[in-house]
This record gives sequence, C-alpha cells and structure tokens, in this order.
Amino acid sequence: MTENGERREKRGPRRWPGERGLRAMGRGAAELHEAADAALAAVMAAAAMVLTFGLGMVFTWPPAVERLRRVADAERRRLGERTGVPVERPYAPLPPAGEAEDGDRPADEVGSGQRPPAHRRGCVTSGRLHGPRYRAMERKLQRYITDPATWRDFVWAAVSPVLAVVAAVPLAAVCYAVFGLLLPALTGQPPHSWTGSWPTSPLEAVPTGLAVIGLGLATAPAALRVRDEVSAFLLRPTARDRLSLRVRQLAETRSDAVDAQAAELRRIERDLHDGVQARLIAVGLNLGAIEQLVEDDPAAARAVAAQARESSERALAELRGLVRGIHPPVLAERGLVDAVRAVAVDSPLETEVSSELTGEPPAALRSAVYFAVSELLTNAARHSDARRAWIDLHSVERGTPREALRVTVTDDGQGGAHLTEGGGLRGVERRLATFDGVLALSSPAGGPTLLTLEIPCALSSPRTSSC
Amino acid sequence: MRVVLAEDLFLLREGLTRLLEAHGFEIAAAVASGPELARALREERPDVAVVDVRLPPTQTDEGLQVSLEARRERPGLPVLVLSQHIVQLYARELLADGRGGVGYLLKDRVFNSGQFLDAVRRVAGGGTAMDPEVIAKLLASNARDAPLARLTPREQEVLELMAEGRSNAAISRELVLSEGAVSKYTTSIFAKLDLAPSEDDNRRVRAVLAYLSGTRDR
Repeated sequence: MTENGERREKRGPRRWPGERGLRAMGRGAAELHEAADAALAAVMAAAAMVLTFGLGMVFTWPPAVERLRRVADAERRRLGERTGVPVERPYAPLPPAGEAEDGDRPADEVGSGQRPPAHRRGCVTSGRLHGPRYRAMERKLQRYITDPATWRDFVWAAVSPVLAVVAAVPLAAVCYAVFGLLLPALTGQPPHSWTGSWPTSPLEAVPTGLAVIGLGLATAPAALRVRDEVSAFLLRPTARDRLSLRVRQLAETRSDAVDAQAAELRRIERDLHDGVQARLIAVGLNLGAIEQLVEDDPAAARAVAAQARESSERALAELRGLVRGIHPPVLAERGLVDAVRAVAVDSPLETEVSSELTGEPPAALRSAVYFAVSELLTNAARHSDARRAWIDLHSVERGTPREALRVTVTDDGQGGAHLTEGGGLRGVERRLATFDGVLALSSPAGGPTLLTLEIPCALSSPRTSSC
Repeated sequence: MRVVLAEDLFLLREGLTRLLEAHGFEIAAAVASGPELARALREERPDVAVVDVRLPPTQTDEGLQVSLEARRERPGLPVLVLSQHIVQLYARELLADGRGGVGYLLKDRVFNSGQFLDAVRRVAGGGTAMDPEVIAKLLASNARDAPLARLTPREQEVLELMAEGRSNAAISRELVLSEGAVSKYTTSIFAKLDLAPSEDDNRRVRAVLAYLSGTRDR
C-alpha cells in the first residue's frame, strides 16, 4: 500500500465518528506504515550486527541502535496516547561524556582479572584507534550491547510487520467483501466468477458479504488491541529493567542526600566555630577580666560585664539562626501545617494557607516539605513581583499504597519561572527526590505561577506512615 | 504583685524567681510543666504569668496553649510569654483577642533585668511587650507597604519602640528626645498610617500592631 493510500485510510475513519470498528481499522492500516519503518530499522540493526561482530566495523552499531530507539520511542508515544497508559523507556542511561578516562579501564580490564571482551581486545591491538573519542564510542557500544532493552527493541521491530498484518486483517476482509458485493453489479458477472465456484446466487452472496463486513468491523478493535498489547509488552521495561532503573535512581538520590548532609554538617561546624564558639571564648575572657578588676576598678569591671552580656546575646542570636536552619522550632512545636502558616505570616506576600491534612506526616518528610515550601515562597516573593500567594496542603489517593502529600504554591506574579540548573527550584527538586518527591511547575508568561510538589507517604522503608 | 512562673529549666526558673523576688514581686507559684501551669493559673489567680512557650510533657508549645486557654477563661489575664525563638504566628495569636496584657519576649531579654522587669510590669498593667525581633519581622513582612515607606527614619524608630509597647516617656528616654517631640512623631505616624489617634497608650499600641500584622480592617 502506498503512503498516500494509508494517509487516506488514516483520515477516513474520522469522518465516520462513532464507528469504533472503522476507526480501529484505519489505525490498523496506519500501523502498516509505522511497521515498515520499524522493519527498516530492524533490517539496519541486523546489518549493523553483522558488520560489527563479523567484520569489526563497530562504528555502524551505535547509529543503528539509535535509529531503532527513535522508532521504538515513537511507538511508545503512540501507544501511550492510544491506550492512556504511558509506556516508559527501559534504557539504561549512557555513562556521562566526561567520565574519567583512566579510572574505568583498570577496573574493567585489570581489576577483574578477566580477559576483556572480544570487541575490546580488537581495539587494544589497533593502537591508532585508542584516543578518548574512540573510547567514548566504545563505552557507548558496550552499553548498547549489554542493555537488554536493545534486544527487546530489536525483537519488537522484527515482529512489528507481523503485528501490523494482524491488525490489518479485518480491513482486508472488509475490502474483500465490499469488492465481492460490488463486482456483480458493476460487471454483470455472477458473484462466483471472482471468488471461485461459490456463492452461485445473490441470495447466498449478499448475506455472506454483509456477514464478512460485520465480522471485520467487529473484530477490528480486538485485532488492534492484540497488536498494541504485544507491542507494549515488548517495549515496556521488564520487571528487571524497572528494578535496575529504580536502583540507579535510588543510588543517585542517595548520593545527593549524602552530599547534601555532609555539606550541611560542614556549614554547621563552620558557623559554630566562627560564631558561637568565638563568642563564648570572649565571654570567658571577659569574666576573667572581671575577676581581676572587680576589687580595684569596679567601674571598669562593670563595663567588661556589659561586654560579656552582649557577647552572650550575640551567641544566642547566632544559635537561634542555626537552629532554625537545622530544624525550625515551630515545626517541632506545632507540626507541619502551622509551621507553613508561620512561614506565610513571615512572608512579605499576603499568603493564605489551606489544609486538608488530618494526620502529621513522618518527621523527615515534614521537614523536607517545610523547607521546600519556605523556599518556594521566598522565591515567589523575590522574583515574581507577586502580591498574593496561596498554599494548599492535602493528601491524594488516600488509603491506597500510592497515597501522597501534595502541596501547591500559587502566586499572582508575572510568571515565566523555569527550572534552571543550579537555581533554587532545581535545588528543591533535588532535595525532594530523596523522598521520591516531584516538583511540577506551571508558569506561563504573565502568570500565575503554580508550583506543585508531591511526596509519597510510604517511602521505601518498612514503616507504615500516615499523611 | 503576684506572679506565676512556668519554666522547665531549673536554673532559669531559679534565676527568674530570684530576679523577680529581688524586685518586689511575689512568686505565687513556680512550675515546670503545662498541666501544673494550668492548675496554678486557675488556683492562684496571679496578677501576671511569666511562661515559657515550650513546656513538658509534650515539649511542644504547651506553655502558649495553656496561656491562651487561660485567657479565654479569664479575658485579659496578663501573660508574658518567653521563648528561645520568635515565631510571628505566636505573636499574632497572642494579640488576636485585641485585649492587652500580653507580652512575647526572647529569653535573652532577661539578661537586661531593667527592661525585662519593665516588660513584666507593663504586661501586668494591661499593656503590651513585644520583642524587638517581632517588630523587626513585622516591618520586614510589610516591606512593600507604601504608607510605611513614607515614614522618616526617626518616625520608623519611634514606631518600632511604640510597637514594642513602650510608653511615650520610655521612648523619649530611649531615643534621648523630649516627650513633646515623641508625641509629635506619634501624631505624624498615625496620620501617615491613617490610624485613629488615641491618647491611651495601650489602645495606641494595639492599633499599630494590628496595622503591622495586617489584621486591621482596611
């Protein structure tokens, strides 16, 4: 079928709304085109495989895999749109471009004591190809070969023509029947002149043809569904992929959390060292001086005592600031909602807080949400030119394992906010990631800005929690 | 003047008891927990209560809650709340009923016994004693308020001291001005903020605080 033909088929059903079968048929026909694309990618991947492993032409492999992935991603998108269930990408991420050049080789080749894989041995002998660019490609190559998702993509691409044919069978049946019904009327020949020896009379032919059309219409959605399900099954991450993606994500967020904690401890140490400790030393020195002076020069002693008092007041003020940054007292005293209210009262924006939370989230989560909200509100006050803000806290999907705490912060500012690398919002996002939380931003130019953060109540820990 | 004192840290409780007794206050009860405070406030009916926000057994804001509850039972019961930190929300809750006789100070202010005792007396007399930090935060959160921006630096200073609850006499001492000058400033401040002038010190303070915390009907 030509591309134009398919286009017509694709649009055709839209003129007949309500006919599920016709629509499904049209889609099935459209899939033929996509399947041709996939098949082409599969053929190219097969050729690249032969070239890579047979002739050592490794440079053909990455482009072939990338093409395969593009086609598969397009199909994932289509499946997601059609079925309403998004199909995730199963691929293992590539190693970052700037990864240590020397660091990874000993671990791979020397440390393990194993012989390097065949394709590597090949490249080590050809010294000319030993540059960093080559090694970057080599890493990519290796990742593409070892990622099982590559092979599942390949299988999908190879079987997708078969799947497309399955989805197109009802359409073919309907076309056949329509043709059979029209032929006698157009040519005046008996119906069996085209089909063979049967049916001999219109009395047999017309019901048969109508039945075939009906059957085709009835089975078209099912045929498309079969195609979609097999396709999704192959393209979706397997349980194993999902686990390894999860492990990778946990490892990343854990290392972020560990780094953040270390930085925090370092900051606290520095603040204590430069602030409170120094002030207490001053108080001690002052008290020593008072001991000396109190008999001989009471006036001077009084002046030094005043200094000591001032130092202790400053030390207390610094400690207060420090404590607020570690764990705000209001959070300990009043819980999350009132702590957020306290932030709202402190904000220069006129801020309304509404909450439907009944319980109190676990302590770690509470603190994360508190700092996130106060950062978001500070951001709104600083950058958006807003006058008012609204904060809403509630739980979603209550009573299910997916129960989550959702907080929205809205302001009436000029909008146009975005998540810039190294910016405050990105920092909030990273900190929330430790709790599997996400931050969503909607900020059209001209406002309003709506920030939504959502944290699941049940973390990856055995504890059962209540939000 | 009879005082009920609630503070869970032994050293601070003893220190405050000694300080207050040395200046002619009578300590009716010195307690260390929320329930004890509630009982003491009911039974002793003190002239003023000096209360730490955070008290056992919950170690939350039990002191504040008991004080607010007692003020609901006995409106206007003078309460001076002490805390290690300032939370504006608490100040707002204390001021919410619009009656005087409330104070909210950092514990550090105890170091300056003159000012602290002055605050206790002021609260006992139905006045207000707000920590300078409360006022500073209130002003900061009103940074975009146009009428406030029109105040001269001197008027700002007077406003801050007035919002803490100081009388004209106290303000004139603090800023080394004549009382007449202070009252000229206050009149000008009230005009700029569009507040009804009042000769009564306490009502005047409450109007200013209501303005700053945005609870005034605008």
